[in-house]
Amino acid sequence: MPLTLYEKIFNRHVVREDNDTYLIYIDRHLIHEVTSPQAFEGLRIANRPIWRTNSILAVPDHNVPTTDRKKGILDPISKIQVDTLDSNCDEYKLTQFKMNDQRQGIVHVIGPEQGSTLPGMTIVCGDSHTSTHGAFGALAMGIGTSEVEHVLATQCLIVRKFKTMQINVNGSTGEYITAKDIALDIIGKIGTAGGTGYAIEFSGSAIRDLSMEGRMTLCNMAIEAGSRAGLVGVDLKTINYLKDRPFSPKGELWKQAVDNWKELISDKDAIFDKVIDIDASLIEPQVTWGTSPEMVCGIKEKIPNPSEQKKESNKKGYDQALKYMGLKAGMSITDITIDKVFIGSCTNSRIEDLRAAAHIVNEKKIAKNIILALVVPGSGLVKIQAESEGLDKIFIKAGFEWRDPGCSMCLAMNADRLEPGERCASTSNRNFEGRQGQGGRTHLVSPQMAAAAAIHGKFIDVRDLE
Amino acid sequence: MLPIVNHEGIVIPLDRSNVDTDAIIPKQFLKSIKKSGFGPNLFDEWRYLDQGEPGKESVSRKPNPEFVLNKPQYVKGTVLLTRENFGCGSSREHAPWALLDYGIRIILAPSFADIFYGNCFKNGILPIVISKDLTNILFDKAQSAEGLKLLIDLEKQIIIDGPYNYNFDIDAFKKYCLLEGLDDIGLTLKHSEDIKSFENNYHGQFPWLTK
Ligand code: SF4
Repeated sequence: MPLTLYEKIFNRHVVREDNDTYLIYIDRHLIHEVTSPQAFEGLRIANRPIWRTNSILAVPDHNVPTTDRKKGILDPISKIQVDTLDSNCDEYKLTQFKMNDQRQGIVHVIGPEQGSTLPGMTIVCGDSHTSTHGAFGALAMGIGTSEVEHVLATQCLIVRKFKTMQINVNGSTGEYITAKDIALDIIGKIGTAGGTGYAIEFSGSAIRDLSMEGRMTLCNMAIEAGSRAGLVGVDLKTINYLKDRPFSPKGELWKQAVDNWKELISDKDAIFDKVIDIDASLIEPQVTWGTSPEMVCGIKEKIPNPSEQKKESNKKGYDQALKYMGLKAGMSITDITIDKVFIGSCTNSRIEDLRAAAHIVNEKKIAKNIILALVVPGSGLVKIQAESEGLDKIFIKAGFEWRDPGCSMCLAMNADRLEPGERCASTSNRNFEGRQGQGGRTHLVSPQMAAAAAIHGKFIDVRDLE
Repeated sequence: MLPIVNHEGIVIPLDRSNVDTDAIIPKQFLKSIKKSGFGPNLFDEWRYLDQGEPGKESVSRKPNPEFVLNKPQYVKGTVLLTRENFGCGSSREHAPWALLDYGIRIILAPSFADIFYGNCFKNGILPIVISKDLTNILFDKAQSAEGLKLLIDLEKQIIIDGPYNYNFDIDAFKKYCLLEGLDDIGLTLKHSEDIKSFENNYHGQFPWLTK
């Protein structure tokens, strides 16, 4: 029987089945400081060992400061969480990149960067954006703290099967259209619950054309479409990306692995529970205008009118969102003035994102009305690479701040945040109320669009800027 | 998880209905990185006269002498008797963590909130649904000068009060888990041999995944 990629990976990992409930084996467990402490505590209380310590890679990212790291962490609660991760990793002898390690960064950036994310793996992390790693043809999903403890103790997870969805993005995208725009366009079409209960496989020529980093951006946002796991089939790009990474297999093992990885695509006649086709050539640069990633439109469009919505729930939701965002129906997106700009997060903080943003910013200055423009690289290694290319200078010259890696203003657990009423062009993934700071207003965009907004002071079609 | 087979304990009569999880453990204590240590802050707002903050030592606090946990005859209690809809509100697992950390192993009430009820079993606490009449009888006894000590026999599903026996219902699987002290992890670990043989096979087939 022809199988989808999801089914192939799933089948490899089934330890037991009991009435449609499966015990599946986990290859890689990524850990950060926020969702792991109680799991370790639980192990200790029950006096249980960790099943396979070398399946774990840990890193502090959510709480770490992005400036003056030498001074340590000033917020006492953040400090306790980071210190606890350190002591847990020391006690159990786990591989961890501590805060001042060059390799430290956002957990979903460093996994692939280190080659610790490999095709065919099952990958879990106590974090919903674990879907990112599906870009490598892996089954990657976020789990809760009690499940973190379960995986630590048993190397397994209790799951039910997802349904399968294929999203074909056919044709090619126009200039300056990024993976972020594809992701937002899809979410705008299927809604934030459109993928609930499904594993989504992204395919079609526009996906094949994306770089690995673009595919990560896309799979990262799968969870914003309701799907716990996004996937892209393995191709030469996947394999080339992984070659010679620190954790990637070497020598004979590499050859064996590559042979095996080539099978990690959906069979030609595989049947998906749902198929969606999207024309890549119609995708415009996307900007969210509301408080959910599905409240999104093209840069040339106007903010929709709540009263013209067909669904009753949308009328109310749109109305509330516009109130919170301080916007009016019918307003042009290009009339929205910005206070802050954030380029970072596990969605868009990799080297290609920074290059693309720097390209827009080069030789220009940020607009007078911009209070703060931040660039927060996804990892220490991304930061070093960007500096070796002189990108930091381009940003700093334009008026951006160049920070140390971490989640930063994506969720404002550290000192980087929006003040009430402030409006931000952000390359992150969630525009929920208060996400970037209480009362803050978030517009999700691509790195290029964020950079263009920083220069112009308002949203502008990046294609019109030059 | 600590198993429960036979449990004998002093009954603490908490004479309120609709006790929510925020009352069981107030939100300021959720920032903790621990699963244990919530006991001193169980029912914090009722139990102390001053405002509770994380890190504040309980010895320095002003206990409310009126609150049931602070009355000398109930200090050693491990069986909580309460009224309808116990554990409603937020789904925080910190509520059973706090009860367990304090030492509560059995909760008797005419009804429980759903999520809380499930969370109890995951953490080694036995919630027992009893009739309203029995609730009233037990409250009278527990609040009397002599107090009340009960023996709960989970195997036989009976509450024993001296010469009186009361039967109770419990889902067979949940009962089995409590008797054996099995949480999800404990259950999965019963299949340790399956996991080990799977792992051997799997790593033989995909040798590059052993690291
Ligand atoms: S960057 Fe944002 S979305 Fe990504 S892991 Fe950090 S907090 Fe979560």
